[in-house]
Amino acid sequence: MPPSFEEMEARKEKKDNKRKRSASVSEKPAKKAYEPKGKKGKKQAPVVSDEEEMPADLPEVDLEELASAKKALFDDSEEEEEGDEFYDSDEEGREKPIWSDDEDIETLNVANMEALSRKLDEEEELEAEEAEEELVEGAVQPKAIVLPTAEEEEAMEGHPQDVTMTRTRMMEITKVLEDFKTLAEDGKSRTEYVNRLIKDICSYFGYTPFLAEKLFNLFSPSEAMEFFEANEISRPTTIRTNTLHSRRRDLAQTLVNRGVNLQPIGTWTKVGLQIFDSQVPVGATPEYLAGHYILQAASSFLPVMALQPQENERILDMAAAPGGKTTYISAMMKNTGCVFANDANKARTKSLIANIHRLGCRNTIVCNYDAREFPKVIGGFDRVLLDAPCSGTGVIGKDESVKVSRTEKDFIQIPHLQKQLLLSAIDSVDANSATGGIIVYSTCSVAVEENESVVEYALRKRPNVRLVDTGLAIGKEGFTSYRGKHFSPKLSLTRRYYPHTYNVDGFYVAKFKKIASSPHDVSKAGAKEKEHAARSEQDDTIINDDFAEFDADQDKELIQQTVNRNMKKRGVNPNARKADKVIKEEEAPKE
Amino acid sequence: MPPLTEEETKVVFEKLANYIGRNITFLIDNKEDPHVFRLQKDRVYYVSEKIAKFATSVSRQNLMSLGVCFGKFTKTGNFRLHITALSYLAQYAKYKVWIKQNGEMPFLYGNHVLKAHIGKMSDDIPEHAGVVVYSMHDIPLGFGVSAKSTTEARGLQPNSIVAFRQSDVGEYLREEDTLFS
Repeated sequence: MPPSFEEMEARKEKKDNKRKRSASVSEKPAKKAYEPKGKKGKKQAPVVSDEEEMPADLPEVDLEELASAKKALFDDSEEEEEGDEFYDSDEEGREKPIWSDDEDIETLNVANMEALSRKLDEEEELEAEEAEEELVEGAVQPKAIVLPTAEEEEAMEGHPQDVTMTRTRMMEITKVLEDFKTLAEDGKSRTEYVNRLIKDICSYFGYTPFLAEKLFNLFSPSEAMEFFEANEISRPTTIRTNTLHSRRRDLAQTLVNRGVNLQPIGTWTKVGLQIFDSQVPVGATPEYLAGHYILQAASSFLPVMALQPQENERILDMAAAPGGKTTYISAMMKNTGCVFANDANKARTKSLIANIHRLGCRNTIVCNYDAREFPKVIGGFDRVLLDAPCSGTGVIGKDESVKVSRTEKDFIQIPHLQKQLLLSAIDSVDANSATGGIIVYSTCSVAVEENESVVEYALRKRPNVRLVDTGLAIGKEGFTSYRGKHFSPKLSLTRRYYPHTYNVDGFYVAKFKKIASSPHDVSKAGAKEKEHAARSEQDDTIINDDFAEFDADQDKELIQQTVNRNMKKRGVNPNARKADKVIKEEEAPKE
Repeated sequence: MPPLTEEETKVVFEKLANYIGRNITFLIDNKEDPHVFRLQKDRVYYVSEKIAKFATSVSRQNLMSLGVCFGKFTKTGNFRLHITALSYLAQYAKYKVWIKQNGEMPFLYGNHVLKAHIGKMSDDIPEHAGVVVYSMHDIPLGFGVSAKSTTEARGLQPNSIVAFRQSDVGEYLREEDTLFS
């Protein structure tokens, strides 16, 4: 039984009872308790029973009054038969006029005045009592109803569940968890509620229990529900104006003429437009093909905005495909300087190259390395953007498969890769850059393992970087502690984005500034090459391969001298026993 | 990633000269930011000298693209311009054709330019010369070869071809798999 339905039923029954009691002025409460639930049956029942037991139990009540009461009840029931059967919210209201207006005035006389007034008093008292009871019960109700019993739970196993029921229960549990002290059922622990809620989330939204729990733990219960719900709807389509070819106002005008309904995304970006609906495919208009804009999620603007590329810098985008961020960097630099766009996946570099050319970026170099190789390939960048590959828990609205495909293993392997990448990114930056020395780390995940933990790790491993403010207008602060883990307080400078708060994909942005160079920065391949060159050029320097060769004969003489000296010190004449000591002395220095 | 040989340069420049004529000098004599041609696999890239130098640190098999790809050498040694060269061609184009809005989509789907779609065109286009195609808002859409000279084209039927399409920006969608690697 769903709690909500039970609740409803219970309330209805109570009301019915109440009405009956007030109708017959509490003459036979025992009988009432056994009355059937159905409205029709219930309503006819009192009539019969009243007639039977009237003489015994009802001395004080006016017969006429009772008759009219019966009639009223009948009328009432007839009326209800006609009306909506499930109507239960204001039945009490309907009874009242029957009592107070009609019969009371009609039958009021000196004889029954006392009885009547007593009846009224009783009635009032009863009502007050019941109201109070209901009030108390109302507060208690969720305690009794929210969690299903063990039997119910067993019954639920293996059955496809009623979604509305599950949903109601999720809401109820969320409510309880929000105010656990007052609303929780006695003897039930918070864990029981949370477990039930996570089970419901799994069945209702289709997550694996592992992922549901992981995501649930990031938020307060009500916020978590908002998050899960926001993941069910997709984010609005957004486009970014390519400032190399067009301006936002011109582009908006052109697209409006093509029948696209759009508006600027927000005050935080000057290049973004949000598409509401369109009569033409937005990804195939002549403007799109001519590179005036690119379809890009609003969240993807953020890391580039945090990176703040300057003209004439050398910038590395470590995981660039499909090129939304790379082209944005290029546009911000107005095609000056140099952008290295790297992607580890060769197939994905196709779309990267296509976008780079379509948007008219002329300052890019596209390469296909594992980004971890990077300070080796080329280092000394002014800025590095690492939009790391991630589990994608922030973009569940876009890619539903994340709900079931991610396992515990992923949350170990992916962060491991991210940590390596971030260290590579840090080492690839030139700390002495006049304008930059900036590293931006971002993921489209909301998991702490892939965000705060990775940043914390980098801060620990590379003391020559520090976190700086991202300079982004929106975003929530990163966690400084999470489930018993404590991170550096500086992590509050990083930014988190959630689908339910900003209607962008779940995202995370951290910005570092490199303040000093470290031994890790040295391009290792380059160093080796330099050493080889040095060896071949100057043979007669200190670097000689014969350093470790020994001349045994020459050494022997020197060793002998030292031994003699030592013997003299001890007061032994070395020449006196030269003959028999020679062998021993030869061994001595070897030790 | 070598520069072009003399032979290769000749082939490439002959092709470019069809579209931009003597403006080709702007491509090679850029004093403040000298640009160079580079051959990577069979593709020709046009790129700032500075960037070309940076690209030397990337090994040949890992280098996917640099600067702007102008086109590729076919196996027979011809040079074929790609749509990616359009931004430079449009910048220095000698002969231009503007097409009306109703002709944009047919052209972007790979059709030739019809007389009916012509909004305006350069006055002095000879027959079989390279032309760059623009929309009426001056957005470059592609390039091709004129079928008729401007004067001859004036007397053509509305449904006859004025310029043969060689490349259009629709290829970014249609040819993404083959164009870029």
